[in-house]
Amino acid sequence: MIHLINVKSLTAVLVILGVLFLYSFLSYRTSHQQNITAENRLSADVVAVGNEFHLVAPEHLQYEQPSIVQGRIDVVAVTPWLAPIVWEGTFNPVLLDSIYKPKNITIIATVFAVGKYIMFLKRFLETAEQHFFVGFKVHIYVFTDRPNEVPPVTMASGRRVNRTRKQPKRSNTLTEFATGLFPEANSDKKRLHFFLQLIVRLVPTAKRWQEISARRMELIQMVIEEQLPNNRNYIFCLDVDSQFHGRWGSESLGGLVAVTHPGYYRDPRSKFPYERRPSSRAYLAPGEGDFYYCGGAFGGLLQEVHHLAKTCRHNFEADAQEGIEAAWQEESHLNRYMWINKPSKVLSPEYLWQDFKPRNPEVHIVRFSGVVKNYADIRPNA
Amino acid sequence: MLRCIYRNHILIGLPWLFIFLGFLYIYRGPSISPLYGSDTNIIETKSEPLNGPLNKGVCSDNGSWRVGDLKMQTGRTDVNSVTNWNAPLVWEGTFDPVVIDAIYKKMDPRVAVVLFAVGKYTRFLKGFLESAEKYFLVGFRVTYYIFTDNKGDVPTIKLGKGRKISVVTIPSVNRWQEVVLGRMKWATITIDKQIRNEADYLYMMDIDSVFHNDFGAESLSPLSAVLHRGYYKNTRRDQFPYERRPKSMAYIPTDEGDYYYTAAVWGGYLEDMYRLVKYCYTQSEEDAKNDIEAVWQEESHLNKYLLYNKPTKVLSPEYLWSDYDKIPADIKVVRISQLVKNYEEVRPNGGH
Repeated sequence: MIHLINVKSLTAVLVILGVLFLYSFLSYRTSHQQNITAENRLSADVVAVGNEFHLVAPEHLQYEQPSIVQGRIDVVAVTPWLAPIVWEGTFNPVLLDSIYKPKNITIIATVFAVGKYIMFLKRFLETAEQHFFVGFKVHIYVFTDRPNEVPPVTMASGRRVNRTRKQPKRSNTLTEFATGLFPEANSDKKRLHFFLQLIVRLVPTAKRWQEISARRMELIQMVIEEQLPNNRNYIFCLDVDSQFHGRWGSESLGGLVAVTHPGYYRDPRSKFPYERRPSSRAYLAPGEGDFYYCGGAFGGLLQEVHHLAKTCRHNFEADAQEGIEAAWQEESHLNRYMWINKPSKVLSPEYLWQDFKPRNPEVHIVRFSGVVKNYADIRPNA
Repeated sequence: MLRCIYRNHILIGLPWLFIFLGFLYIYRGPSISPLYGSDTNIIETKSEPLNGPLNKGVCSDNGSWRVGDLKMQTGRTDVNSVTNWNAPLVWEGTFDPVVIDAIYKKMDPRVAVVLFAVGKYTRFLKGFLESAEKYFLVGFRVTYYIFTDNKGDVPTIKLGKGRKISVVTIPSVNRWQEVVLGRMKWATITIDKQIRNEADYLYMMDIDSVFHNDFGAESLSPLSAVLHRGYYKNTRRDQFPYERRPKSMAYIPTDEGDYYYTAAVWGGYLEDMYRLVKYCYTQSEEDAKNDIEAVWQEESHLNKYLLYNKPTKVLSPEYLWSDYDKIPADIKVVRISQLVKNYEEVRPNGGH
């Protein structure tokens, strides 16, 4: 009998303990979820929570007084949902750099050099070193099926190309393969705390250029997922067949950043080459659409671009299953995404021009521009 | 005997099972769902473009913006619409209220408005609240926090859906300068204890004003400041009425400064506003210890803070005008305006 009583009281104590545990972790869980939903609520408009908005400027920085009544009057500098449209003359680069540099962020750039497009990589990288986020940490991911043709890049002053030789690892769809090159010994070069890092990733060769274009979203999504726990960084996805001619810097940073296409920014929306077939998931009806954005340059905070890439990829694949391909592949899906999820910053066509276009008077500087090319030469299936 | 053993095994085993599960949950719980997971994904991937229920409300023809063609080359040409750190400068004609409201309504934020109506200033409550119900963030959840020393003076106002009044009682003071300084102190305390659990955005506003036109969601941002109507046009930065005595914590040298902001209307995310309000309070206290009072009290401290912590949106003087001043051509719309008042009559120490 005594034996039974002891066991009974012991089990009673254990039951009470168990119930207490259940209660405490359930309430912990719900409070944790409340935190998530509160932050989601605040971040549902495309600008994300976090340190991104603390625009702390250093004390005693000297710069010209900003004006309220004078500025660019030949272009619109803000969208109807109050996202800034970045043109030369609308921002002070010194001020913006001094705000963003102390945040110690890394800018990730993805570039796809598949098939013959590898020939553009050298000029891209060389000009990126001179103009793209100079003074910041930059990691450039190069996706290619010809890793041996990735050129050794000569260093511009102030940058050190840092590549380490590693054994290739095997994973499901990609093989990471970083080429090695040790920095040249040079008495001018000091050890600097910013550097440009190149990471080369192997992708399979594609038969159609449309496929290459479509896979971009999937690969961007995967790159971001590797980085995600550190979510204060920014990513830009750029076309490789272009080069930098002018500054592309901290003025382009934002939650979700899109670039207006140079060919359509003066046109009425009825002329935009949106996908017009209702059966596609990239469909935009006549009368809808703000701007026509480029698929060749977009970016923002890692989480934002991740959501964009995931959505566009999902929609593209869903379309493919029904046998439909949008007019401009992922560019069409991107445009639909940006119609619903308004970008928090829009970059003017200065940020993606085309070399064969004569420059319009409102474009005071061309920062990044697609080079002239013969499509028959470089596309696998012209 | 056999039956006892069987039941005892269960009785012992179950609680241990619970404890084991508990440890599993606590261990795995935080890593299960990333910060951006479920909610936002589901919204986008489920919206089939065929029917597009989401788009219907977004860009209709009711906005003041010409919805015909969104050219990149038309807009306000008489004023700048971005600051030099790329934050929007909000003027009538630079935004479409329909698009912006649609974006913010999806979030359904809770907005708190902190108002001080002490002593005779309670007479302004009715005008402020009634006009706010017509023009201020219409359709959003708004709570007015009225700080007063006389609860009985708070009028009964018919409020819209989702809107309420919360009265906070504070002691009376003798000097109007103390009323002003007390704002920061009481706001800091109350935000910390109460408001931070009840709001996502917070506005600080002067009670002696009346709304005349829409003051909407275009004003929402992590940190929004309003340009002072007296200094936005051609004033050089060395002419701004910043605090110029180095002894004060609000000191700004003559070669620094972007704009001069008013302390009559400011707003932002709750935590950012809390930080700013607390800053103004602690800096004022620090000054008081050194026997100095900033030339424009918390407005001076506010301007110093905003010089080094840039606002994410700057609102034009449309967002705080004054009945004393004529309206110039670049102010197309006056959204809220300070009333003409007899200072001797309303201030506790007769305006001195």
